[in-house]
Amino acid sequence: MLQKKRKREEAEVPQAGMADIAFLLLIFFLVVTTIDVDTGIGMQLPPPPDPDQEPPPIRERNLMNILVNAQGLILINEEPASIQEVEQLVTDFVDNANRAQDPNLSEDPRSAIVSIKTDRQTPYEIYIDMLDEVIGAYRQLRNEASQSEFGISYREYRNRVPREDDVIRELYPQNISLAEPDPGS
Amino acid sequence: MSKFQKKQAGTKQQVPTAAMPDIIFMLLIFFMVVTVLREVELQVRVDFTRADNIEKIEQKRLVSYIYIGPEILGGGQYGDTRIQIDDALIDDVYAIRRLMYDKLMEEPRLIVSLRVDQRSEMGVVYDVQEELREAGTLRINYSTLRGDQAPM
Repeated sequence: MLQKKRKREEAEVPQAGMADIAFLLLIFFLVVTTIDVDTGIGMQLPPPPDPDQEPPPIRERNLMNILVNAQGLILINEEPASIQEVEQLVTDFVDNANRAQDPNLSEDPRSAIVSIKTDRQTPYEIYIDMLDEVIGAYRQLRNEASQSEFGISYREYRNRVPREDDVIRELYPQNISLAEPDPGS
Repeated sequence: MSKFQKKQAGTKQQVPTAAMPDIIFMLLIFFMVVTVLREVELQVRVDFTRADNIEKIEQKRLVSYIYIGPEILGGGQYGDTRIQIDDALIDDVYAIRRLMYDKLMEEPRLIVSLRVDQRSEMGVVYDVQEELREAGTLRINYSTLRGDQAPM
């Protein structure tokens, strides 16, 4: 019995099949794998409101009200606007201190707040288009600031500096407020 | 050592295939690690909307998904807008609070990815967001495709 076993040990384990098995598994995982990256618009929600605390006062000029109704019509500070204009309007509003210095627009980019309000019936698609424009305006501003300060694009700058030391982000903090939607009709 | 050399000299020269399984195994392990098997069965339809100013989520392990869209009834029929988390449809919006809070306790750096059908109404999305605020999961991501990307 013992001798027999010893004899077997001398014979090699056949390894030719191993590659085939590994190949099969490999092909299975190759097929199953989807190397897709999730993309989307990142947002930071505000913490839940404290019922004992009054919301901080905001000066009228620092607030940009964007209203979008269910038909996709846009009202910016009581004036109708089209979706193509939004990016420019937001840029003018946020960066007012460095541009036109209009007394009706924001004091400085740090205190500027963009408020987006929709109807409950507004399609999600329209809301995202809107948000996209606002984010685009901020991205543009940050990029410009980064170019003039450091001579590199904001994307590159962000990769080099830790989030806490990001002066550009601090300069243009992207205050977007999502207001409670109107019940609508 | 000398024994080894002798052996080699004795055999006929061949392309060594002994290392091949190792290479294959390395590839295999790579793909096994990279693979994220689809863990949920979608019960709602989600047609992604498009946007240009988007960012990538690098750490997929931190992401938890919430699906919002019309319920798939089968036979090409769609029902009312429903919310799906993991494998279950949520009937009560307030249940999201507890669910997400539990997830947040497990992973403090949780990112909630909202996968919303483009024709859904904002009311539902807002209600979900309010629940997320209450749960304390404040990092969210509106899942969208790149503007020029072909639909999935």
